[in-house]
Amino acid sequence: MEAEVTEIVLSTRRLDKNFGSLVVARNIELNLPKGARYALIGPNGAGKTTLINLMTGMLKPNAGQIFLGGEDVTALEPQERVRRGLARTFQINTLFPGLNALEAVTLAVCERRNIAGEFWRNVAVHREAIEEAHDILVRLRLGDSCYQVTRELPYGRQRLLEIALALATKPKVLLLDEPAAGVPQEESGDIFEAVASLSDDLTLLFIEHDMHVVFRFASHIIVLVGGAIFTEGPPAEIAADPGVREVYLGKRKHG
Amino acid sequence: MAPTDTISAPQLYLQSLSRWSAIEIAFWLATLLPFFLFPNYLSLASQIAITALFALSLDLILGYAGVVSLGHAAFFGIGAYSAGLFSKFVWGEPFSGLLVAALLAGLAGYATSFIICRFRHLTLIMLTLGLGLLAFEVANSAHWLTGGSDGLQGVRIWPLFGIFKFDLYGYTAYSYSLTALFLFFLGMRRLVNSPFGLALRGIRENLVRMPAIGAASRAHIRKAYTIAATVAGIAGALLTQTTESAALESISFQRSADVLVMLVLGGAGRLYGGLIGAIIFMIARDQFSGIAPQYWYFWIGILLIVVVMLLPNGILGGLSKILARWRRK
Amino acid sequence: MLPPVFGVLFDGIAYGMLLFVLSVGLSVTLGLMNFVNLAHCAFAMLGGYLTATLVNDFNWSFFATLPVAFIAAATASIAFERVFYRRLYRASDLDQVLLTIGIAFVSVAIAAYLFGTAQQPIQTPPLLRGAVNFLGLSLGKYRLFLIGIALVVTILLVVGIEYTRFGAQVRAAVDNQRMAGGLGINVERTFAVTFALGSGLAGLGGALAIEIVGLDPNFSFIYLVYVLIIVSVGGLGSIAGSFAAAILIGVSDIAGKYYFPELGAFLIYLVMVVILMWRPAGLFGRR
Repeated sequence: MEAEVTEIVLSTRRLDKNFGSLVVARNIELNLPKGARYALIGPNGAGKTTLINLMTGMLKPNAGQIFLGGEDVTALEPQERVRRGLARTFQINTLFPGLNALEAVTLAVCERRNIAGEFWRNVAVHREAIEEAHDILVRLRLGDSCYQVTRELPYGRQRLLEIALALATKPKVLLLDEPAAGVPQEESGDIFEAVASLSDDLTLLFIEHDMHVVFRFASHIIVLVGGAIFTEGPPAEIAADPGVREVYLGKRKHG
Repeated sequence: MAPTDTISAPQLYLQSLSRWSAIEIAFWLATLLPFFLFPNYLSLASQIAITALFALSLDLILGYAGVVSLGHAAFFGIGAYSAGLFSKFVWGEPFSGLLVAALLAGLAGYATSFIICRFRHLTLIMLTLGLGLLAFEVANSAHWLTGGSDGLQGVRIWPLFGIFKFDLYGYTAYSYSLTALFLFFLGMRRLVNSPFGLALRGIRENLVRMPAIGAASRAHIRKAYTIAATVAGIAGALLTQTTESAALESISFQRSADVLVMLVLGGAGRLYGGLIGAIIFMIARDQFSGIAPQYWYFWIGILLIVVVMLLPNGILGGLSKILARWRRK
Repeated sequence: MLPPVFGVLFDGIAYGMLLFVLSVGLSVTLGLMNFVNLAHCAFAMLGGYLTATLVNDFNWSFFATLPVAFIAAATASIAFERVFYRRLYRASDLDQVLLTIGIAFVSVAIAAYLFGTAQQPIQTPPLLRGAVNFLGLSLGKYRLFLIGIALVVTILLVVGIEYTRFGAQVRAAVDNQRMAGGLGINVERTFAVTFALGSGLAGLGGALAIEIVGLDPNFSFIYLVYVLIIVSVGGLGSIAGSFAAAILIGVSDIAGKYYFPELGAFLIYLVMVVILMWRPAGLFGRR
C-alpha cells in the first residue's frame, strides 16, 4: 500500500535572528504541509510576527534557511517570494490609504500579471485583471464598498482588504498575522468566514490569540516562547499540555 | 460568459476616474487666450509653459512616487546645455535638438536612478541635493564647454519647419512651448491612469506594502525617475531654443527650489498642480520683478509656511476639499 | 619646521570645529525627533547678527556676547517649536522641508531688511588677534580659540549625554521613542529642551563664524548645505559622527580650495555622495 506523501510547501531550518544580545528567533524548524491549517500561538513578545517577517524576507536571519516548495528562498527579496507563492497579511493594517479598494486589489493583480510596468494604456483596459480583483473583493463581502477610498472604510472592512490584497497574489502559502486583531466581536465573524472559505489547496499559518478561533480552525498548533518553539502538536495535545498553560499564565520561567 | 465587447461595472468605474472634465477642457482652451488677450506677453507665456512642463516632470516623481528631490534642475540644465551645444556644433534644427536633449537627460536620469531608488527620507533628500549641486559645479567649472557664468554663447536655432522663426514677438516660442506642454501633458495623463501610475501611487501611499504584493518598487522608481528626467531635459531644451541662450541658472539650486515651491503651491500628485503653481508663481514674480530678490523670498517663505500649516495639499487640494464639502450640502 | 600642509590641516580643523558647533545640534535633533529642520542655520544667523550688533553698536566685549547668542537662539527656537514644529512631528518629510525652508527664507529677508546685504564688519577682540608661532607654523589665535571652544562644547556634550539623567533620557528617546515614553520619560519635553540646546549651539556657531567666514543674509543657506552634508555624512543623532564628519568636511573643503581651486565645492559634494552611497545612515548612524 502506498503511503500518501504530503508535499511540504514551506519549511525553515535552524532559523536564528538576534538584534545584538536580544535573541528573537532561536533555531526555528518548521514544516508546513500542503493544505495545512497551522496556528502559531505564544505570549506577547514571543517572536511570532518576527518569524513571519523572517519567512517573508522582511528581516534577514543571522543563520538558517527557508524553503518554499523545496526551493531555498533565503536569499530572495520579499517580492520574489511573493511571486513564488508566499503571501502575508499584517497585524496592523498596512494598506494604501488614498486608493480605493478596487484600485488597491487591481494593483496587486496587475503586479502578479506583470503588467504594472505598463504606462501607455489606461488601467481600465485590462478587463480580466479588474474582474479578478472585483471577484476577490466580492468573495470577501467587500463588493459593495469596493469604490470607497481605503482610509474611509470601517476598520473591520480594512482587515478584510488586508486579506484581499494577499489573495490577489494567488499565493500557495498564506501567513495571516492576527487577522481579526482589533475587530469588534460583531464583525470578526466575517473575517473568520472569509478564512474558512479559503481553498483547501491553500496552506495557512495564522497567528492568533483567541483560543476559540485557534481550536476551530487549526489542525496543528505551534507554540512559540522567547523566540523558540516551545512545543507543537494537534490541538487536543496542546490544550492538555500543562507546560503551555503555565507559559501563558507566566508561572514558569522560560528562556 | 459575458461577451467580450461589453464593459463591466468595475471597469466603467475605473474608466470614469480618468475622464476629461469640463474644467480641464476649459483650462486648455484658456491657454490659447494669451495669443489674443496678451500678445505682448507671449515670451512670458512661453516661459510659463516651459516651467509648467518642468513642474509636471517633478510631479511624476514627487507627487506620484513620493521621491523628494532638491536637485531636479540637474536634468533641466543638462537638457538646456545639450540643446544649446547641439545647435552650436551640429545644427540648429529644433526638433532634433529636443531629441538629443531628451536622450542625454534621460541617460543621466537612468544612471542616477540606480542610486536614488535605494534610499528614502533624509538620505534621499541629501543625495538629490548633492547630485544637483555636483551637476552645477561641473557646468560651472567646464566653462570651456558651457561658457561658465557668462552662459553659452553662439546658440542659433533654425526656424521651426523651416518657416516659423523664433523672434522677439514670441508667437513661435509660445506655440512651440505650449504644444510641447500639451503633448507631454497628454502622455503624463495617460501614464498616471495606467497600471504603472497605479503602482507609483501605491509606492507613495505605502511603500512597505508594495513588496508584499509582489511589486519591484525599485524598478518602478527607476522607471519613473528616468521618465521625469527626460521630460525635464526637454523643458530645459525648450528654454534654450526659445531664448537662444543657456545659462547656469538652468542647472542651479535656485531652479530646483523654485519648481518645488511651485509644485507644492499648486498641489502635488494632481497633474494640474504643477501647472497652476507655475502659472501663479511666474506671473507673480513678473509682476513683482521690481522688488529686490530677498523681499520676493520673504513672501515665498510666508506662502510656504501658510501652505504647509493650513493648505497641506496645495491650492488644488484646498479647492477639492471645499468642493467636496459643498457637494455634501 | 613643519611643511605648509600642516598649516592647511590646522585651518581645516579649525573650520571643521566651527562646522561641528553649527551642526551638532541639528544632528541630535534629527536623530531624536526625525524632524528635518532646514531653518537651523537661520538660528545660527540670529546668533551671528546679535553678536555683531552688540559688539559694533553697543560696544560689548565679544566674549560676553557668546552666551547671549546661545541663549537668544535657544529661546527663539523654543518659540518656533511651540508654534510650528510641534504640529509637524508626524508630518511627511516634504512638509517639514517646506515649512523650515519657508522660515529660512523669511529670516533671510528680515536680515536683509534690518542689516542690509553687505558683510557684517566685526572687530576681532585684541586678545585673539595675531598668531602664535608653533614649529614654523603661524597658528591664528582666533582659530585656536575656536578649536578650544569647540572642544569644550564637545566635552560638555559627551559628559552631558553619558553621565546626566537628562542625557540618559535623550539617549533612550533616540533609541526607541515609544518605549521611552512608556518608561515615563516626558518625550515631548526632552525634544523641546534638546532642540533648544541644539539651536543655541547653532547661535553660538553663528557668532563664532563671523570672523572666519563672514556674515551676510545668505548665511542661512550657504552654511545650511555644509551643515546638512555633515549631518548626513556623520549620521543622525551621533555626536561622534558630527565631529568626525565636520573634521572631514572642514579639512576637505580647505584642502580642496587650497590645492585644487578650479574644482570649487565639487570635492565635498562628491565626498558626501560617495559616503552616503556606501553608508546611507552616515558614518556613525544607525538604521
